[in-house]
Amino acid sequence: MSAIYGLWLRELRRYVRSRAQIAASLGQPILYLVALGFGLGPVFQKAGQGNYVQFVAPGIIAMAVLFSSVFSGMGLLWDRQFGFLKETLVAPVPRINIMLGKVLGAATVAVIQGLLVAVVCFIAGFRVVDLRTLPVALLLLGLIACLFSSMGTAIGSVIENIQGFQLVMNFLVMPIFFLSGALYPLNNLPGVLGVVTSLDPLAYGVDGLRAALLGISHFGLAADFSVLVLVTVALLFAGSYLFSKIQV
Amino acid sequence: MIRVEKLVKKFGEFTAVDHISFEVGRGEIFAFLGPNGAGKTTTIKMLTTLLRPTGGTLEIDGLDPGAHSNEVRKRFGIVFQDPSLDGDMTAYENMELHGIFYHVPRKARIERIEQLLRLFELWERRHEQVKLFSGGMKRRLEIARGLLHTPKILFLDEPTLGLDPQTRNQLWTHVKHLNQTEGVTVFLTTHYMDEADRVAQRIAVIDHGKIVAQGSPQELKQQTGKDSLEEAFLSLTGSTIRDEAATSADQMRQFSKMWSNRR
Repeated sequence: MSAIYGLWLRELRRYVRSRAQIAASLGQPILYLVALGFGLGPVFQKAGQGNYVQFVAPGIIAMAVLFSSVFSGMGLLWDRQFGFLKETLVAPVPRINIMLGKVLGAATVAVIQGLLVAVVCFIAGFRVVDLRTLPVALLLLGLIACLFSSMGTAIGSVIENIQGFQLVMNFLVMPIFFLSGALYPLNNLPGVLGVVTSLDPLAYGVDGLRAALLGISHFGLAADFSVLVLVTVALLFAGSYLFSKIQV
Repeated sequence: MIRVEKLVKKFGEFTAVDHISFEVGRGEIFAFLGPNGAGKTTTIKMLTTLLRPTGGTLEIDGLDPGAHSNEVRKRFGIVFQDPSLDGDMTAYENMELHGIFYHVPRKARIERIEQLLRLFELWERRHEQVKLFSGGMKRRLEIARGLLHTPKILFLDEPTLGLDPQTRNQLWTHVKHLNQTEGVTVFLTTHYMDEADRVAQRIAVIDHGKIVAQGSPQELKQQTGKDSLEEAFLSLTGSTIRDEAATSADQMRQFSKMWSNRR
């Protein structure tokens, strides 16, 4: 138990100390919110879909959580580069606990990032429909963060160099974001895109957030929760298995 | 305490460790000597669950590191040859996390951290981030951290590399003390023959992945008919300079690259 806490605390300390990283990782979501939110707003409105900032804000918050989780999860790469990985590998701690500590730490950081972006969204004009559903939204944010931190840690266990990181960003993280429906509604998508979207775990996260914050949903909140929980648990175990296979 | 039989580790075509066998008794200080790239670190990595052997058997306190990784990990401590600190954390935080990993009770942890940081003269700078430390300070912190919990077996992989004589002296005095008072078994590698001569009760010399001699420092000198361990070592391993082979991880990476190109 205490090793989980120790590793969690480590992630938090590293986050608080890297102010540049905090600022940098806020830049991208804000750019999306401003450029797309206000840029596409009039078109969205004309199409009869209402306020685009209102629609896209949950997607942008999810995006911040996605990027931050995968990024911290893959911190394993840096641990490998700078050698700290060896210290965790020889520690007499069950691999699942190491995984949990890292994932919970990365997820906590990601949720904080998500909340910061939520504040920016609020400033940009985003309003929650029903304040009583905020705890549900927070729970969903936590789940999304755990899911993608697990994914990041699992990938970090397999990839050995920094170059691989770019590959993962371009061929995994960006598609996950763009296919999640963060930027557009999932209703009436053309065939293949509809199927691909339904395979994207973030789609359920964004949908759940919209359900909680705006009262609109494509899959239904129950389905969103089930998928997120199942995928998170699966990735946690996959991650700790892959972590246990690391050789240095 | 440590039993190794016909241990083999291959990286692709390259055999890093070639059918070596040795035993280290409980409470013994054992030095594993060899030129660069002889297979010392690879052997330590296999003993400490970081690498899986290609063949042969290993036993740590009667347990197989492959099958009972976590039980084995509870029994040893290690000071690595290359850096393994978290540069973003402070010296104190690095020590603290290590204590948590090894279940050192809170009270004992606080006492021992202070004692060790003072011993290696890092106490004054305990709240600084490790990335701001000099090479020697980092090395001292690695050692202090490795000594924080009292393991049954302590692995020291070239712990004194780049340290001044004062710090080396502190280290070996402390290690001998641990060995005598707590019965800690010590498995060390070093390039400084005087250190091995001073602390080790038994020595194995490895070269090109094979063990070429074993015995007490005295026995090795007698076997080779030399006066000093340094001369004995040179007569056993020859005087040609070895290039440091890439680390095993590098070799694996190289190997997997070759592999993926072929497909």
